[in-house]
Amino acid sequence: MATKIEEKDETPIIISNLHKGFGNQKVLNGINLRVARGETTAVLGRSGGGKSVLLKLIIRLQTPDTGSIRIAGQEITDLDEEHLNEVRKKVGFLFQQAALYDSLTVEENVAFPLSRHTKMSQTDRKQRVREHLANVGMDRDLRKMPSELSGGMQKRVGLARALVLEPEIVLFDEPTAGLDPITAAEIGDLIVELKQKRKITAIVVTHDVQGAKVFSDRMVFLHEGNVLVEGSFDDLQKNKDQFVAEFLGHGSR
Amino acid sequence: MIYLALFVLGTAIAETLGPGRLLEGVSAAKSLVISGFEWFGDLGMFCARLVRAALAPPYELGELVRQCDSIGSKSLPLVALAGGATGVVLSLQIRDSLTRFGAKSLLPAVIVFSIIKESGPIITGLVLSGRVGAGIGAELGSMKVTEQIDAMEASAVDPYRFLVATRVLACILMLPLLTLAADFCGIFMGWVANTLAEPISLQLFLENGFKNVLFSDFIPPTFKTAVFGFIIGIVACFQGMRTRGGTEGVGRSATSSVVLSSLFVILADVVLVRLILVVYG
Repeated sequence: MATKIEEKDETPIIISNLHKGFGNQKVLNGINLRVARGETTAVLGRSGGGKSVLLKLIIRLQTPDTGSIRIAGQEITDLDEEHLNEVRKKVGFLFQQAALYDSLTVEENVAFPLSRHTKMSQTDRKQRVREHLANVGMDRDLRKMPSELSGGMQKRVGLARALVLEPEIVLFDEPTAGLDPITAAEIGDLIVELKQKRKITAIVVTHDVQGAKVFSDRMVFLHEGNVLVEGSFDDLQKNKDQFVAEFLGHGSR
Repeated sequence: MIYLALFVLGTAIAETLGPGRLLEGVSAAKSLVISGFEWFGDLGMFCARLVRAALAPPYELGELVRQCDSIGSKSLPLVALAGGATGVVLSLQIRDSLTRFGAKSLLPAVIVFSIIKESGPIITGLVLSGRVGAGIGAELGSMKVTEQIDAMEASAVDPYRFLVATRVLACILMLPLLTLAADFCGIFMGWVANTLAEPISLQLFLENGFKNVLFSDFIPPTFKTAVFGFIIGIVACFQGMRTRGGTEGVGRSATSSVVLSSLFVILADVVLVRLILVVYG
């Protein structure tokens, strides 16, 4: 069992030969993926193709069958809980449905990771929470409960919560799904802003080809449990594969 | 004789169902037994993970206090009402029976003994199985299906420490206190019902009732409810944390939490009463 933090390879996310199945169904079939520091990679593919599973494997919310996942220089597949949590603190995760805690207010939701992992004074903590909520335009709804917010507002608060510990890596699970085009574009702009200001490394799982074109440096296509093709939007447009052409064609409509 | 009876019963069932249906029945029973063993195995692993999480710092005292309030203070009116109603019913029923045997003077003692030794603890256990079991099962179940538990793990917070350990510990701490409240209300309402039928002062009622009560009559039955609390907390958290399948799954978790925790509370009561009798005579 690995216990020491190793910091050899500078690449923040390295996934090698990753396999994951549920019963007889193979979801990921030997995926290899590297995401360089400061790079935003969009992962595209059909629904049920294992994109969200890939994100959950990266912070070990699910365990892989075989393969290697190195996050911030640390192999996490065989890491004990204590060291795994140290790695998780370096990673922010925006869930598809935001996954805000129902029983906490907006402010308490964003303060939750801070109150658990930092020794900040209450005043500093409040200040940090307000800054992060202001960055996503939600600083006027501090006392609201998640049930009082729209889907887009919940995503913004979820984003503030994912970023409050100022992680080096951020994972976005369908950040624009189920939102109107204006709110989706606003969330896309927030990702771009984040990339420019904070130089974060990000993986964005999405179906939104137009959005991905704006906020990603590189696109990766998952098909039948493996990386079918990867490159910039222009590279992908030149690709002759029928599935990629069809996906980009429908996504660009 | 028993073997003969089983043979006759088996033959009768086989003839009624026919060979195909019998095989189906056997396979259904087999899968039921296997899933039962699986459930207990998973529960064992859940308890082991809980113990590891609960013993290691940091301790979630703020959440523990919040759960004690939610499980303890907010259950108090219901438990007090159930305890009071039990006291009234016991008084009404026992008065009639004792009058027939000419032992009406024993009424306060019978009410006090039956409430502190059994009625108070079991009523509290069952009321809490319903209120708290359903509440925890549904709350954790809905957190599970809406990825809130995943979000907590992603934030490097152990949900077993933050959500499960605090709820189980709050149940263990609150059940004996709530039992005291049920006992108090039961005895008091037993006196009220008694005095309405035949006036007697509260002081005399209590003197008669507690004359022969020893600490060993009171302490073990009250503290056995800590075991009920453990059962309710563990079963409800376990059912909640293994919820699958959206809102329907949440409903199933809430229902199964109540059914299983009530069942195990009653079974544990049988074992504990026997154990207390062995130890204290």
